[in-house]
Parts: sequence; structure tokens; C-alpha cells
Amino acid sequence: MNITLNRTQQKERMTNLMSKFVSLVSYKLPDDVENKLKELSEEESNPLAKIIYETMFKNQDLAFELKRPSCQDTGVLQFFVKCGENFPLIGQLEKILKNSVYKSTQETPLRHNTVETFDEYNTGENIGDGSPSIFWEIEEDSDKVEIYTYMAGGGCTLPGVATVLMPGEGYEGVVKFVLDRMTSYGVNACPPLLIGVGVGTSVETAAMNSKKALMRPVGSQNENQNAAKMETLLEDGINAIGLGPQGLKGAKSVMGVNVVNTARHPSTIGVAVNTGCWSHRRGKIVFDSNLDYVIETHEGVTL
Amino acid sequence: MSKKVLTTPITDMDLKDIKIGDIIYLSGTIVTCRDVAHRRLIEDKIPLPVDLRGKAIFHAGPIVRSHGNEKFEIISIGPTTSMRMEKFEKEFIEQTGVKLIVGKGGMGKNTEEGCKTHKALHLVFPAGNAVFAATKVEEIKEVHWKDLGMPESLWVCKVKEFGPLIVSIDTEGNNLYEKNKVEFNKRKEEQYELISKQVKFIK
Repeated sequence: MNITLNRTQQKERMTNLMSKFVSLVSYKLPDDVENKLKELSEEESNPLAKIIYETMFKNQDLAFELKRPSCQDTGVLQFFVKCGENFPLIGQLEKILKNSVYKSTQETPLRHNTVETFDEYNTGENIGDGSPSIFWEIEEDSDKVEIYTYMAGGGCTLPGVATVLMPGEGYEGVVKFVLDRMTSYGVNACPPLLIGVGVGTSVETAAMNSKKALMRPVGSQNENQNAAKMETLLEDGINAIGLGPQGLKGAKSVMGVNVVNTARHPSTIGVAVNTGCWSHRRGKIVFDSNLDYVIETHEGVTL
Repeated sequence: MSKKVLTTPITDMDLKDIKIGDIIYLSGTIVTCRDVAHRRLIEDKIPLPVDLRGKAIFHAGPIVRSHGNEKFEIISIGPTTSMRMEKFEKEFIEQTGVKLIVGKGGMGKNTEEGCKTHKALHLVFPAGNAVFAATKVEEIKEVHWKDLGMPESLWVCKVKEFGPLIVSIDTEGNNLYEKNKVEFNKRKEEQYELISKQVKFIK
């Protein structure tokens, strides 16, 4: 943009763009997920699995054509923000994101999914106390902001699980924790799933890592060799269980397994699992200091 | 294979030969009914404002657009996790006479018993396909309990060949998900044995 905007105009521009971006994420899956679903459907010979995949592709075409949320559970919006210390709207960003969810809820429309706790009423606005969820990282010497937008559904990635194992249980314990989740919760969490595994020092670090793992593209690998090995072993192992689409049996179970790890206390191994459903509505947008944007997850799409 | 379409009101006879794993379609009336509606009827003994005898319920919370004057349009509608209603479903079937319960994922022993005793089915609509499902809804006939908010209200929908609906529990109480789970768990144990040998990173 060439024209210099004042602060109010900047806020308005970013709110409008983020509102449109949230809408986009509701009706169009990211490229990596679309491609993987096609690949998985081609490997199915089970007639029931084939009918389910056919329904999925018809649904995604209709959603894009009609610009309607492809799944009725448009989730609680979660934003994973990596903000440059010099990004001009760093102080305004939380309000901008909250307002953009409200605006997108009216315009798309999205479902009203915010219930105030204890008072137990639906706000009817899809925003509330601490909702949407916004998670921050600050980047030095940068004037950009990277925003992952994620629609976390009530039947897939809001009910994650985390625990802290004893070192004696080792990474074998991590494997058991992940596999047990697949045949209990995973069956009903809308397979084929993208599995986010977090390893860290406590429940909250592991949980955060497991969510960050779901922001990584399908098919990407952890930089650590052992962690990458575990990703492959788990992916092959969970596929061998044969959950199939909707947990009704099939050749495969998952789109992939992504592990994100951080250091641990000598006495603990924190582990968390998050199950991303097949309708993995994740988008990444990057704004520069002029509020020009690039959408990395959805090629060829403009807002 | 011809398309098996059930039309409401549904009788015990209509469901007699339908088995787990079969695919059917529904024409007629289906009412969205989920967590709080189940709780109100069973725990709080508040009668439902809709007669469900011979009809279908949908564990679903839709996105609805209001056109004013009590006119509504379904934008997206899809199933939510049925297991959350497991605690209430047997009594729910008994009290309402509902014949089809449509949702996502499997249900448990209570629902098996309810389906067997009162001749009902639990069916799965492939979840996440909410626009596809919305195109099968011809109109919203009524809405009740709007105080519960958009997802939890009882939306009375007229549908045509709504599906594919996969039979997860049949009228003999057979349970497709439970049957599959036995196999899944067996394979999981095999995989654990294989993988755990290769992740001994703590030496």
C-alpha cells in the first residue's frame, strides 16, 4: 500500500482482512490437507470408506461454491501469533483479532460457540471472556506478523489430553499414550486425523507443543532425528490400526503425525496429544508493516 | 444396490431387516436435539415441545440464518459426538418413541439396549460435511427452546433423501463401532510392541 494510513484506518483495514481470512478458513481447507485427503481416498478399496470420501469432496466443493462453513462446528477460534517487535499494531492486535471474529461471525456466518462459564449463557456473538484464544510469540528485529488461524472444534481438538510421565516410562510411555488415544477418542474425532504430539516438561508445555504441531504442514518433519523417527513410526503404526474415514474402518487412519518438542526436567516427561479432524481448518497469513499480506496455506486465494 | 430410503413416520417393521454397516437415507422430519435438550427431558423432567414418535433426532448444532418473521435457513448442519448423549439416550428413546438417532461416532451399552427394546437405530452421518447436509434440508418447519442458543435449539427440519446414514446400532442391539474397536485394539497392541522397541532414546 502506498497511501499512509492513520492508526484508526490501519486497525479497520486489518480487522476487515482478518475477518475475511477467518471466513476463508471456514469454507476452504489448506492446500496440504486437500492434497493429502485426495491421496488417502485413492488408497481406499472399502466401499463404505469410498462413499464417505466422496461425500467429503462434494461437501468441500459446495462449501467453496456457496461460501459457507464446510463444517457446522466452526469451533473456538485460536490464533497463534508470531509478532515482530516493530509491527505497528502490536498493542492493538488482540482487539483486532477479537473484533475480526465477531465480524466474521456476522458475515460468514459462523456458529455462536462461546458460552460464558459459571453464568452459563451463550453470548450469541462467538466472542467472550478470553475467547478467541490468542497465543503469542515475539520476534526480535522484525516488523511483520505471522498469524495462524485455527478453528478448533468441540469434537476434535478442544478435548486434547496431556499427562506427565516418569522418565522410567520413557518414550515407550509416550507411544502408549498416543496409541491409546487413537482407539478411544480418535475413532470419534473425525479421522483421517492429523495428530499433534507435544513433548515437554509439564502438562501446559506439552499441550502447547501439541497444538503447535498441528500448525505444521502435513508431511513436514521434526528437525530432530529421533523425533522425526517417532513421527514416522507413529504414523505407520496408527495407519496399521486402520481406523478409516469416520472410524468406520479403512486402509489408513491419519494424514500424519507431527511432533513438537521442548526441553524437560530430569524427573518428568510431559506429553500431550491433540487430534485434528479431517476438516483441518488452519490458515496462515503474514502481514508486513504496510498491512500488505501473503496467505501461505491457500495458494492463489485473495481476500 | 438400490437406495434404501426411510420416510417418517417410521414403524418397527420398516427397521426389521436393517443391519449394522447398511447405508440408508431419510425423508421426512428430523429434529436437532443434543446435550441440554436431553438433560432437560431426562433429568429435569421437562416435556419436549415436539412429538418425536416415529421420527428422527439429529445430534447436531446447525448454523442458521434468520430471515425475520420466524423464517430461518440452514447454512450448515452436521453431526456432533453422539457419545455425549449416551447417559440419557435409553430413557430418551423410551419416553419419546423416536425411531432414528443420527449423530457422529459410536454409542454405548445404554443406547444398544434402548435400540433393542424399543426398535430404534443409531446412524452416523459422515461428520464435517455440513454444507452437503444443508442442501438436503428442504425447510425449517419450527424452532423450539431458542433460549438455549443457536447450537442447542430444537430445529425441526424437513429433509429429502438425507444421507448417507450408516447404521451403527441396529434393532437387535448390534454395535458396529464396538465390533470395530475390538479389532482396532488388537492391532494397536501389535503396533505398540513393534514401535516401543525402537524408541529407547533414554539410555
